[in-house]
Amino acid sequence: MTRSGFVIANLFRRRTRTILTLLSVTMAFLLFGLLQSVNTIFNAGADFVGATRLFTQARVSFTSPLPISMLPKLEAVPGVARVAYQTWFGGVWQENTPLIMFSLDPQRYRDVYPEWVMPEEQWQAFIHTRTGMIAGKQIADQYGWKVGQKIPINSNIYPQKNGSKAWIFDLVGVFDGKDEDWKKRTNLAFIQQDYFDEANQFGVKGRENFFILKLADSNHAQQVARTVDAMFENSPDETKTQTEKDFNISFVKQIGDIGLIVRWILFAVFFTLLLVVGNTMAQSVRERIPELAVLKTLGFSDGSVLGFVLAEAFALCLGGGLVGLLLASIAGAMVEKGTGGQFQLTVDYHVWLIGITVIVLMSLAVGLLPGLRARRLRIVDALAGR
Amino acid sequence: MLRQALAITGISIRSIPERWAPSLVIVVGLAGVVAVFTALLAMATGFESTLRATGRTDAALILRGGSDAELNSAFDRASTDLIKEEPGIAGGADGKPLASAELMVIAELVRKDDVKNGANITLRGVEPAAFALRPQLKIVAGRNFTPGLRELIVGRGVLQQFQGAAIGDTVRMRGSEWQVVGTFASGDAHDSEMWTDVNIARSTFGRIGSSSVLAALDGPDGLARLKSAVAAEPRLSLDVMREQDYFTGQTKQFRKTIGFLAGVVTLIMALGAVFAALNSMYAAVAARGKEIATLRALGFGGVPVVASVMTEALLLALAGGVLGALIAYALFNNVSVSTLGQNFTQVVFDFKVTPQLVARGLVIAIVIGMIGGFMPAVRAARLPVTASLREQ
Repeated sequence: MTRSGFVIANLFRRRTRTILTLLSVTMAFLLFGLLQSVNTIFNAGADFVGATRLFTQARVSFTSPLPISMLPKLEAVPGVARVAYQTWFGGVWQENTPLIMFSLDPQRYRDVYPEWVMPEEQWQAFIHTRTGMIAGKQIADQYGWKVGQKIPINSNIYPQKNGSKAWIFDLVGVFDGKDEDWKKRTNLAFIQQDYFDEANQFGVKGRENFFILKLADSNHAQQVARTVDAMFENSPDETKTQTEKDFNISFVKQIGDIGLIVRWILFAVFFTLLLVVGNTMAQSVRERIPELAVLKTLGFSDGSVLGFVLAEAFALCLGGGLVGLLLASIAGAMVEKGTGGQFQLTVDYHVWLIGITVIVLMSLAVGLLPGLRARRLRIVDALAGR
Repeated sequence: MLRQALAITGISIRSIPERWAPSLVIVVGLAGVVAVFTALLAMATGFESTLRATGRTDAALILRGGSDAELNSAFDRASTDLIKEEPGIAGGADGKPLASAELMVIAELVRKDDVKNGANITLRGVEPAAFALRPQLKIVAGRNFTPGLRELIVGRGVLQQFQGAAIGDTVRMRGSEWQVVGTFASGDAHDSEMWTDVNIARSTFGRIGSSSVLAALDGPDGLARLKSAVAAEPRLSLDVMREQDYFTGQTKQFRKTIGFLAGVVTLIMALGAVFAALNSMYAAVAARGKEIATLRALGFGGVPVVASVMTEALLLALAGGVLGALIAYALFNNVSVSTLGQNFTQVVFDFKVTPQLVARGLVIAIVIGMIGGFMPAVRAARLPVTASLREQ
C-alpha cells in the first residue's frame, strides 16, 4: 500500500465523519469563492482600465455639469491627445429599469475609447444619424434590441420640447469590448449630444458631466491633472481631474465598505471551520493512538507519522476546498448569466489562488496540533493505553 | 416514559463537559450563522427605520412628473409659486401656505477613513418654512445659517462620517467658500444632509427654480385635494405623494439586495453548520454507545434515548444562537455606516439589532439543531444493545 493510499484509506475508515467534514469544508469554500468575487468587483475591478485617460468633473460633484466652452482650453493642455465628453441622460427602460446611458459626440468618443469594437458602417451610422443610439452587446442582448429597431426610452430627468419624457432612438449599432474585461462592461448605451441638446425642453445645451482626456503619455497623468485643475481654480466651474481608474474606485466606494462586510463574514466562516476540521482531526488521532504506536514500532519515523496526520488534514481541506471553489465558479457563472451580465460574479484565477492558499494554511492550522501529538507519542505508553 | 426521558437527558447534558470539543463545534458553528444573519439584517433594518422616520404622513412632497428622486426633479420659479397656491396645503402661522421650496444639489466630502475619494453629500437649500415642516430637526451646536450668506448647517451623521464639516470649517463649492456655522440632529435621513438658504444655493449653483416643494397638508383629505388640483392645472406636470411614502419607497431596493445577500450567506453557512452538527452528534452518540446500551438493557425505551439526544442538540444550538445574537449586538448594534441612497447621495444610518431579528436568528439555530440532532438520535435508539455492550 502506498503512503497516499494509506492516508486515503484512513480517512474513509470513519466514512460518515469524513463525508460530513468534507461537506462542511465545501460549504465554507463555496461561500468564500462567492464572497471573494463580490469583493473583487468592488475593490480591484478597475485594474485593466490603466491610466491613459483622465476624467475631469466639477469639483463640487460630477452631478453639477461643466460648460462645453471648456473644451478648447482642455484640448490646448500639453500632453492631452484628444478630448471627449458625456452627459448623463437618466435613461429608464420600460417601467422602472434604470440604464447607464450618456449623450456624447460619437467621433470624439470613438477616438478616446478604442476599446469598444463596432463595425465601421455602424460607427458611420452613429455619427450621421441624429436620433441614433448605440448599445453595448450585453444590454442589447438582455433587452432584445436589434440594429434598425426604434427603441423607446424614458428619461427621468429630461423631457422633450413637447413635454413628453418618452424618447425614441434609432439603434444604429451594437458594440462589444476588445477583450474579456471590456466585453463584461458592455452594459452601456449612448446617444448623440447634438440631438439631445436640440430636443430637450430645458434648453440645456453643452452642459457636460465629464470631460474625458486621452493622454499622449500616461506617465504625465498627474501633471496634466494638476494643470487642468489649476486652470479653473477659483471659478464657479472648478474642476477635479483624476485617472479613470481612480474615478471608478471612488465611485464604487460610495456604495459602502463592502470589503469590510465580506471580511467579517469570512472571519466567522473560517473560525467555525477551523473548529470543525480541527475537531475531526483531533478525534481521529485520539482514536488511533495505538495504531500510530504500531506504525512507529514497525519503523516509521516520528516525522513520517506527523506527515501522515498532516496529509490527512490536507486531503480533507483540499477535497472540500476544491469542490467548494468549483461550486462557487458554477454558481457565479449562473448568476452572471441569469442577470444578463449586470452582476458579474466571476470566480476567476485570483479567487482560486487565494482559495488554494487558504486551503494550505487551513490544513496546517488544523493538522499541526494533532500531528505533533502523534509525533510525540512514546511507543510504550501508547501501546499500554496510558 | 417522560421520567425516563428526563433521566437520560439529565445524564447526557451533565456529560457534555466531558465531550466539550464536539459540543463547542455546534455552539460556535451556530453562533457564526446567527451572528452573520442578525448583523446583515440589522443593517437593512437600520436603513429602513432611518428612512421611515424621515417622512411625515401629514405633509406632501411634490416633484416634477416621472422624476423618481429629488435629484432628477426641477421646476422653475413660476411653477414653484403656483404649486404653493394650490388647495389642500395648510396655512402657516404667518398666514402664508406652510410650504418650503427646496433645491437639492450634491457636494462631495471625503470620508473620515479615506484620504481622497469624494462621497456624494446632499446639500439642501431651504426656505424658512422648512424648519416648521420638520419639527424633529433641532440645532444642537452653533447657530442656524443666515439667509443670503454662504453659511451651512450640517447634519449629525455628516459630521460623524465625513471630514471637514465641523463648526468653523469651510467647505469649497463652485469657487466659493462656505462657513459651517451649526450642527443639527433630526434622527432621520436629514442627518445625512447639509442645509443652507435656498436663494444662495440657487445663485451659487446657477439654478433658477427648485427641486421639490414640501407642503403641510390641510386635514386628512388635503392630499386628495392637492392631487386633483395639480392634475387639473395644465401648466403643471407633477408627482404629488405623501412625504412618508416617498421615503419608505426608497428602502425596497436596499432591503431586496441585503435580504438576498443574507439569504444566500445564511443558507450556505447553515448547511455547513448542519453537517458540523451532525458530525458532532454522531460522535456524541458513539462516545456514549456503551452507556446508552446499558440503559436500554436496564429497560429504558428507545424514545427517551431519541429525546435525550435531540434535547442535547437543541440546547447546544440554542446556546450557539444566543451567543451569536450577543456577538452581533455587541459588535454592530448602533454602529453607524453610510451607503448611497435614492438621490445618489450618502445616507448615514445605524445598525439596529431588534428583538424580532434575534428571535428569527434563534429560530434558525433551533431548526439547525433539530436537523443536526435527529439522525444521530435515531441511530442512538437503534444501537444493537449486545454489540455495543461488548465494545471496548
